Amino acid sequence: MTTLTEKMRQHSSMTALSGFAFAAILLFAVAPAVLSDFRLNLLAKFLCFAIVAAGIGLAWGRGGMLTLGQGVFFGIGAYVMAMHLQMTDAARLGNDVPEFMEISGIRELPSFWQPFASAPVAILGILILPGLVAAVLGYGVFKRRVKGAYFAILSQALAAALAILLTGQQAIGGFTGLSDFRAFFGFKLSDPVNRQMLFFIAAGTLLVVVALVRQLMHSRYGELLVAVRDQEERVRFLGYDPANIKIVAYVVAAFFAGIAGALFTPIVGIISPADIGVVPSIAFLIGVAIGGRTTLLGPVLGAIGVAWAQTALSEQFPSGWTYLQGVLFIVVVGFIPAGLAGVWPMLKGFVDSRFRRTKAAVVVHEAPEVETVEPEKVETR
Amino acid sequence: MDVVIGQLFTGLSLGSILLLAALGLSLTFGQMGVINMAHGEFIMAGCYTTFVVQKVISSAGVSLFVSLLIGFLVGGVLGAALEMGLIRWMYDRPLDTLLVTFGVGLVLQQLARDIFGAPAKNVLAPSWLSGGVDIMGAVVPKTRIFILVLAVVAVTVLAVVLKTTPLGRRIRAVVQNRGLAETSGVSSRFTDISTFFIGSGLAGVAGVALTLIGSTSPTIGQSYLIDAFLVVVIGGLGQIKGTVIAAFALGLLNSFIEYSTTASIAKVIVFAAIVIFLQVRPQGLFTVRTRSLA
Repeated sequence: MTTLTEKMRQHSSMTALSGFAFAAILLFAVAPAVLSDFRLNLLAKFLCFAIVAAGIGLAWGRGGMLTLGQGVFFGIGAYVMAMHLQMTDAARLGNDVPEFMEISGIRELPSFWQPFASAPVAILGILILPGLVAAVLGYGVFKRRVKGAYFAILSQALAAALAILLTGQQAIGGFTGLSDFRAFFGFKLSDPVNRQMLFFIAAGTLLVVVALVRQLMHSRYGELLVAVRDQEERVRFLGYDPANIKIVAYVVAAFFAGIAGALFTPIVGIISPADIGVVPSIAFLIGVAIGGRTTLLGPVLGAIGVAWAQTALSEQFPSGWTYLQGVLFIVVVGFIPAGLAGVWPMLKGFVDSRFRRTKAAVVVHEAPEVETVEPEKVETR
Repeated sequence: MDVVIGQLFTGLSLGSILLLAALGLSLTFGQMGVINMAHGEFIMAGCYTTFVVQKVISSAGVSLFVSLLIGFLVGGVLGAALEMGLIRWMYDRPLDTLLVTFGVGLVLQQLARDIFGAPAKNVLAPSWLSGGVDIMGAVVPKTRIFILVLAVVAVTVLAVVLKTTPLGRRIRAVVQNRGLAETSGVSSRFTDISTFFIGSGLAGVAGVALTLIGSTSPTIGQSYLIDAFLVVVIGGLGQIKGTVIAAFALGLLNSFIEYSTTASIAKVIVFAAIVIFLQVRPQGLFTVRTRSLA
């Protein structure tokens, strides 16, 4: 028995490894060769959304936590990166404050900007702050056994609060946000070679994130997370604290979203409250839902597919995308909760059952006496 | 002193708006366990109803009262349609209703944008609502007093309907024990639809009220929806009493914090206060322990 499961595990890690290698070749060799600079940059942006989606897949699909506020963590990462880039640009030009501040008449750098002038602090901030915020909220919410809809609404309210806070602060760009970054850690952003490098960083990050999520899903922790999603009380009776298990998944999802935001800033070149508010926060979910929330690759591929469809569609029908997005939410969440990833097993099951029925029919023809015995057994029970 | 009175009335007025927006939500979220994200768009529908009615009836005084009636019906019909078309299939999946109704909200919002255009529309307030009333040195706009009165009337009517009418009894029966109510001959389908009709109708009324204090845009519902949800969360599920107290508490808290800081920081402080409050009472102010949400 053990040898069989070991073999199965070996087999599954072999497929995972080959899939990983295939994705790496696709991202690092094929994409840069096939796509124009513009399209490659676009794909890099989609990869950022895919990184967020991988985290949502873990928290929502596996952990059952409907997080409507991933924009918060995305935004923290993005704004910290944007502040750092603004300050290094200003320093290179010999200015005390970033350009937009000079225009709006702010002569002195606000104190909350100062720490992010140094690159290590900014990177630490990107890696730590989103997870920290998630840990504080998660601790406050999950420890008191606030869950389900209540958690969803609170996570959404957090996104609204952050978006309103940022909109109201002129010192961080207000409504228009931060834009016009010239360089990324000393590399000029106008140079196509450097932009390609950004794509490679995003692609590499996505691969690492997917590998991390896979390891988490296949670990004891991953099993506990699913157990908490399906039967929280039983897990509590077994001696675990479901709150801790949930907090970890929520923090990991926030950590990914923060990194994605930090990459989004130099790739897209602008970050504003409109990118991180309530609607974009919920919009992150649709790719995850379409791809298949409980699977490893579903959220990632779904996010890329939806972002691609959005770009392609809104080029032609500006208002059409909103309708389609609405309809997708209704149809996918309402009627195909398992997403596209669930459609394949369903079809396969359908085909299998057809196939098995024909096989069974053959068996019945060969040995009809077996069939007559079985119904009697059932009836005597 | 007049500053305190002024802030007090700002808070009460904000509270009454929150109450109008949250009352219907509390009915559908609290009583039925459905998280209706399209509620904000039903509020928006109420706003645009007022705009259209005023195009037809130019007398602002008459059109306001006609709008209140039609706004209730428009919201109610939208809600009943939503219940019959989508939500009835997903009563066992509360979190998914949230996303599905969000999709409905997106569609309605874009529909409003395509029909009425993205720029904000204004509705004329009746002349007898212009100007303000001097209350102990503070000038309070008459429109805000009207909204306060409207909120009180809406709560009273809803409470009376739930408490005394046969429909109200059926709604409470279905909420407390769906199976037993059905065995006793109550049609739970009809009750579900009626509850949705009333809850969404109240959103329409809230929308009509909102046109008195600001202009109407396709995103107007969204800006009130999250606060309305928070009111329901604090108030506790399915409790009119809790919703009333929570709405005014949030309104007052917001207006007094806003006075000493800024509007955006007040939002963040209020949010933090809510999370801290939930540490003390995770189930809200008052709760009926029934049909708990997953």
